[in-house]
Amino acid sequence: MLVLLVTGLVALALAAFLLARAAAGKTIAARRRRRVQHPPLAFDPGRERRAEQRARQLLRSCVNDHEWAMYRDLGFIRVDGRRLPDAAGEGGAAPYAYLIYPHKPIVAYVPRNGRLLSEYCVEFPDLTGGHTRLPASDDVLAKWMALTSDEARVIGRANMHLVGRQHDPARLRRDIWRLSEWERVGAGRLGARAA
Amino acid sequence: MKPGHGEVLLAEGDPDVRVDEELLIEEFRRQLDEGMWAAVPTERPGSGRREAQMVRDYSEIPPEAERVIFFPRASGG
Repeated sequence: MLVLLVTGLVALALAAFLLARAAAGKTIAARRRRRVQHPPLAFDPGRERRAEQRARQLLRSCVNDHEWAMYRDLGFIRVDGRRLPDAAGEGGAAPYAYLIYPHKPIVAYVPRNGRLLSEYCVEFPDLTGGHTRLPASDDVLAKWMALTSDEARVIGRANMHLVGRQHDPARLRRDIWRLSEWERVGAGRLGARAA
Repeated sequence: MKPGHGEVLLAEGDPDVRVDEELLIEEFRRQLDEGMWAAVPTERPGSGRREAQMVRDYSEIPPEAERVIFFPRASGG
């Protein structure tokens, strides 16, 4: 009887040991698999530079020449707002527009008088669980595509703040002035070319 | 568009060739299942104005589209 009891206890202990080992093995295997699936990206300036160069080419191939030149010269792109039914305001200008900056909130403003309206904080997170972000020009293109295709959806998902939370209002006003000057000079060049 | 890498070619092929189309459909669904948004850059005829068209199903892709761009869905930052 005692022999049977001891044998039973040894078998129980062995089974528990084997089960624990199997569970540990699964955990380690799962951890290894996770590591293999999502290797952390070490900072590599060369890779980041190449990614940004590809992103600029992609952006250039999607937006029109005017928008590309604006981004190249000024560092942001303006997109006219399209949600209001009377989309065209005075002189055919949109009643409101957005400024798209890389890795900064989208800014809504009134082109007619330069009045700043709000900041829309939106990001395109790494869905693989990593902590990397899109190259700067890809971030601009993603905002541009989202705004021009489904403005209501992207604005609905964004966190809205008064201007000044992440952007410097003085700098924004200066950017709007730079944009108007850039367009005035560009229009003059076009006019001279046409003449 | 892939964070940390930029543009990555996922699949390419001729939609008129059945084998290619199956490959494109499979990749399209996989990207949407992973939570990506899909958009096709387009140009308005006559105006020269460019914009994007969001597509939620493979059948929504315009026949003349040369590419579909996938990017992470937007969230409040």
